[in-house]
Amino acid sequence: MRVTQGCFSFLPDLTDEQITRQVQYCLEKGWAVNIEFTDDPHPRNSFWEMWGLPMFDLRDAAGVMMELAQCRKVYGNSYIRMSAFDNSHGWESVRLSFIVNRPKDEPGFRLERHEMAGRNIRYTTKSYAVDRPEGGRYG
Amino acid sequence: MDLDASPMTDRVNLREELEAVGIEEILTQLDRELIGLKPVKTRIREIASLLLIERIRKRMNLTTDTPTLHMSFTGNPGTGKTTVALRIAGILHRLGFARRGHVVSVTRDELVGQYIGHTAPKTKEVLKKAMGGVLFIDEAYYLNRPDNERDYGQEAIEILLQVMESQREDLVVILAGYGDRMEKFFASNPGFRSRIAHHIDFPDYSNDELLAIAELMLHDMNYKFSDEAREAFTRYIAARVTQPLFSNARSIRNALDRMRLRQANRLVADLDRMLDADDVMSLQASDVLASRVFLKDKS
Ligand SMILES: Nc1ncnc2c1ncn2[C@@H]1O[C@H](COP(=O)(O)OP(=O)(O)O)[C@@H](O)[C@H]1O
Ligand SMILES: [Mg+2]
Repeated sequence: MRVTQGCFSFLPDLTDEQITRQVQYCLEKGWAVNIEFTDDPHPRNSFWEMWGLPMFDLRDAAGVMMELAQCRKVYGNSYIRMSAFDNSHGWESVRLSFIVNRPKDEPGFRLERHEMAGRNIRYTTKSYAVDRPEGGRYG
Repeated sequence: MDLDASPMTDRVNLREELEAVGIEEILTQLDRELIGLKPVKTRIREIASLLLIERIRKRMNLTTDTPTLHMSFTGNPGTGKTTVALRIAGILHRLGFARRGHVVSVTRDELVGQYIGHTAPKTKEVLKKAMGGVLFIDEAYYLNRPDNERDYGQEAIEILLQVMESQREDLVVILAGYGDRMEKFFASNPGFRSRIAHHIDFPDYSNDELLAIAELMLHDMNYKFSDEAREAFTRYIAARVTQPLFSNARSIRNALDRMRLRQANRLVADLDRMLDADDVMSLQASDVLASRVFLKDKS
């Protein structure tokens, strides 16, 4: 199951050239671009790990793409996303965030039904991937 | 990653092409704003012509390679290396060989770390900022300290060499420094020499050129020499060039700053007079002659 989130989630995966253009757009707006990765596909997962620090003062997308290439080398079978931060109001706020890499096989989710008192049911979305330990989640 | 390549074509009007990229403007500005430097200016024109043709060849589909554009600038301090690097970046940008055309200027300290694991992130940080433009490494020979085997400079060198080779379309590197030390540096780091396409040597300025540079700098700041001050400054130059730590145009700029200070003090010493524009623009002989350069000259 193909996980989608963030900007462009309605589109097919962006090519590197399209990613480059988006990054250049961010840099020209003066936003700092940050790379994060995770192997937990849950939509509510907010614990993405940072690949280095957000990149400030870059002029050209090639710098960001260089980091993306390095990150893919190490975490090529994980989710990787880019976020752009705008600090023009005096605090950093996310302006744009999109997925730039995903595992080769995404095993998807199951719905767990937790039967409660009074015929109530609680639902939980669980990804098959997290049943396996960190590092081995996508084969 | 050439996102905005010009359209393919099989016929090109050279004059129109030259006008379209607007480098003639930069080149004449270079001629006008930089005194002397004949060999440097000639080399830059040659490189610009080469790149103009290269650009046309690309559009005619005769080449797809990005030419190697890394350069080395050798010469004594204050001979205009940093200034010329800025102009070159502008030329490369207009010709489409540097997407952004900015210059990031660094020395060893900004590239090499203090402990294990510190160097690679530092070097990469600088490289990322320079992408799309020119990375100017001043006194590049300090990158390696052959006497210290636990030096982290080598790590920075390896990262630089790799990016210079694999990301030629993203970054132009200019290594600068004294001629003799650069020569030694290249001898012990052949990887650099083989990746550098253009070596440009910056000669020392003649005394006449130094005077012309002084006049140009003063003109830009809305100052001028009185006739006696000019004569005194000619003698100042003759004495200064023989003294230690002389650094060409930079010494001239510093000397002018001190003379402006003396001029201001001279003017403020007499509060009861009316000043006109000419008074506050003019440097007088006494502003020049108070320099300690003349003291040493006599002793
Ligand atoms: N040919 C020249 N004409 C006018 N000004 C010059 C010239 N060469 C150098 N300068 C001025 O001298 C100063 C030092 O030059 P710089 O480019 O920093 O030298 P370098 O990098 O070789 O040490 C700068 O302020 C620059 O504007
Ligand atoms: Mg310099």
